[in-house]
Amino acid sequence: MNRYPSWLNVLVLVMLMTGVLFALPNIYGSAPAVQLADARGNSITELQLSNFVRSLESDGVTPEAAYISDGRAVIRFDSVEDQQRSGERLRTRYDQETNVALTLAPRLPEWVRNLGLNPMSLGLDLRGGVYVLLEVDMNTAVDNRMQGYEQEFDARLRDARIRHRVEQKNQIITVRLANVEDTAQARAIIADADSDLLIGDGADGKSLTVRMTDAQIQERQDFAIEQNMTTLRNRVDQLGVAEPLVQRQGVDRIVVQLPGVQDPNELEKILTATATLEFRLVDQSGDQPGSRTYPGRGVEAPQVLKRAVIASGDEIVDAGFTYTPEGQPAVSVTLDSAGGERMLATTRDNVGKPMSTLFIEWREEDVMRGGRTEKRKVKTEEIINTATIRGVFKNRFQITGMTPVEAQVLAILLRAGALAAPVYKVDERTIGPSLGQDNIDRGFQAIQIGFLAVIVFMAVYYRWFGMIANVALFSNLIFIVAVLSLVGASLTLPGIAGIVLTVGMAVDANVLIFERIREEIVDGAPPQAAIHAGYEKALSSIADANITTLIAAIVLLAFGTGPIKGFAITLMIGILTSMFTAIVGTRSIVNLVFGGRKIASIPV
Amino acid sequence: MRLIKHKTHIDFLGKTRRKVALTISVLFIIASIASLVTHERPLELGIDFTGGILLEVGYPEAADLVSIRNNLAAADFEDAQVQRFGADTDVLVRLPPQDGWDPDELREELRSTVAVGTPGVDLRRVEFVSPQVGKELTERGGLAMIIALLLIFVYVMIRFQWKFAAGAVAALAHDVIITIGFFSIFRFSFDLTVVAAVLAVIGYSLNDTVVAFDRIRENFFKLRGVSAEESMNTSINEMLARTLITGVTTLLVLVALLVLGGESIAPFSIALIIGIVVGTYSSIYTASATALTLGVNAQDLLEPVKDPDLIDDLP
Repeated sequence: MNRYPSWLNVLVLVMLMTGVLFALPNIYGSAPAVQLADARGNSITELQLSNFVRSLESDGVTPEAAYISDGRAVIRFDSVEDQQRSGERLRTRYDQETNVALTLAPRLPEWVRNLGLNPMSLGLDLRGGVYVLLEVDMNTAVDNRMQGYEQEFDARLRDARIRHRVEQKNQIITVRLANVEDTAQARAIIADADSDLLIGDGADGKSLTVRMTDAQIQERQDFAIEQNMTTLRNRVDQLGVAEPLVQRQGVDRIVVQLPGVQDPNELEKILTATATLEFRLVDQSGDQPGSRTYPGRGVEAPQVLKRAVIASGDEIVDAGFTYTPEGQPAVSVTLDSAGGERMLATTRDNVGKPMSTLFIEWREEDVMRGGRTEKRKVKTEEIINTATIRGVFKNRFQITGMTPVEAQVLAILLRAGALAAPVYKVDERTIGPSLGQDNIDRGFQAIQIGFLAVIVFMAVYYRWFGMIANVALFSNLIFIVAVLSLVGASLTLPGIAGIVLTVGMAVDANVLIFERIREEIVDGAPPQAAIHAGYEKALSSIADANITTLIAAIVLLAFGTGPIKGFAITLMIGILTSMFTAIVGTRSIVNLVFGGRKIASIPV
Repeated sequence: MRLIKHKTHIDFLGKTRRKVALTISVLFIIASIASLVTHERPLELGIDFTGGILLEVGYPEAADLVSIRNNLAAADFEDAQVQRFGADTDVLVRLPPQDGWDPDELREELRSTVAVGTPGVDLRRVEFVSPQVGKELTERGGLAMIIALLLIFVYVMIRFQWKFAAGAVAALAHDVIITIGFFSIFRFSFDLTVVAAVLAVIGYSLNDTVVAFDRIRENFFKLRGVSAEESMNTSINEMLARTLITGVTTLLVLVALLVLGGESIAPFSIALIIGIVVGTYSSIYTASATALTLGVNAQDLLEPVKDPDLIDDLP
């Protein structure tokens, strides 16, 4: 009686070994490191890596290890001084092609790394850093798309020689026609531009109203979020932050987490900035339809600009900060092929005529509305430079008219791409590195002492069976760490609290079993039968008890944000792994030690 | 070793005991609700819920709260709350949401204000939460609790029967109200982690309740010809050792967390400690007493005639 088939014992052993293997990367600690990511988003090659290392070695610094992880080069050092010095050198030498970030890298031996194993990542509250929650202005995202339609209809109707006026208000485009008989043709033209649009007849019989469908609006909003996330990722990469996190939250929010960043000031300018450029011809006659007067920045003269945009910020594929031969700060710009073609056609036809660079930015302003101050993004458009087209050019040129700082920031923004819709900051948390370290130390101390207290209690109370439960409890800790490392969930302070709580609760299953065994013995069952019945009869209670706790954990996970999620994840993992260790794990040991032989009494 | 002797025969569910327990529970619940209703602010909500600004500042020496308050008032932050946070050198500054704030300017201003006259100040933590986010979190937290209670009711109904489910949910509501009431009466800071703790309490207390119910069901069938009250009493006595031991091990780790885990996790530990004490009590008294009062008996748990088309019971 009470023998496990050997395959089951082997399974328990294999599970435990796997757990130990996955938990292993966490015992090595971390070392100061420099991380290099390709500025164009490509993977770093072995050749590049060896170049980096060679260049450091020629400066007399020998890295402790250098390898490629997730397409980024990671170079580890023995000391912070080496790390800082090397970071500086790499930054000056490879600034054009890479983004260099100082970070901490796990001190894994090569064979662990080669297995693709990683330690748990630590949450911001444990390592310090900045957390920002941004809200995307969905209205503007839709407005922007409507403006695109507006221009497109205008152009198409003009090409078809239909006299018309197009205007947009509250996300409804009204197309007014000079002649009623054009209505059918105009309708066809608009439907041809996008057949999904909802086209209705205007109240006066001479106009059409065009709206986007709910599905289109939804699609547009999703696009705006996705586009914004890509842009934010690019911008964060430009900042040289290691292991940044950019994640969607809910319908219209984006979370940005930047471990190790301490000064959110600079960060905010870069994250929420919406600056972009447009290039337009100056309307010298001043009376073309759609032309408007734009103010100049500073001493720059205001100009009347044509409506047509030659190229805009989203067509810029590369931008860099530089100085002109005359020593003026400038941004060198490279356009994509569509923008380049249009620039070529425009400059070819307009040599000797002036072209302006329009700087567009959304600024947050307080507006009084019904006695309350509200925030609103206000669009400002300023001409930063007007120059005469001296020759034909295509996709590479320079823009001047800014201070050096402005030019540097603009270059980053242009390179990272524009935001599809403006973003507001609704939540910001900065955790200093000293607090992070404190939280880790305190959390682990709480786990150690709590664990020790439970182990001593169990050993005293249930003797040898208590020791077996303790082995299960320890394996459970290993499993929790293993699963956290495996799924890449980051450990937070509430997460540690979840582990602590699991340690206390995980023994419950064993308590149920052992109490049951004691009852059976008191009722006169022989030892082997008591063990068997104890495990058997406690099972339904254990399952019920754990499922109910699991329900609470799942609800927490579904509704919780930030700290609550961290707690729910570790609690859930802990419950699941504890079921295995407390039932199958302890039974396997009990069977090996006591099973299959005659025993007079059991030490429970 | 044993904490309590084997085969106790405590009459948990006797008529008088039930009345005493009921009175105690009702008194606690009334005190909790009274505190929540009469206080101008029912709970000391953290900025997670109210929105606002929070700074944790580490001073090189013991901080002088009065001068920090004066400095803040002089810089037009009259509504700032300043309090110690754990150690003498740590200070927590809280501000309600500011009208038309520019976070960057505000941060710089606060940074320099709290550092007036004391060099080497460490800004350990800065949090800005907009009131709008806070409102959403409050709604989600409340919703989470209601959904958790509902799901649990359904689960216990499927596994046992509605009278047991009602007993379980009564016990949980009891635990939640008293735990939150405790935070209201003693003015402990109620933040997002406390919501997590309260939900964990729901899980834990239910765990206790369900284990007792499990034994009650078993004894309903084993002990024929015995009244429901008696067989429930026997079940609770049989489970007493287990209930107390699991309570003790869990409280051991929570006390470790409270003492060693640091100030920011303290409200969480306190909520769990209260919840587990109350939850252990309620699974003995509230849950079983409610089911008993609702007239639960062995008949309720007899397997209904099975419809051959239905799949078997859930595990």
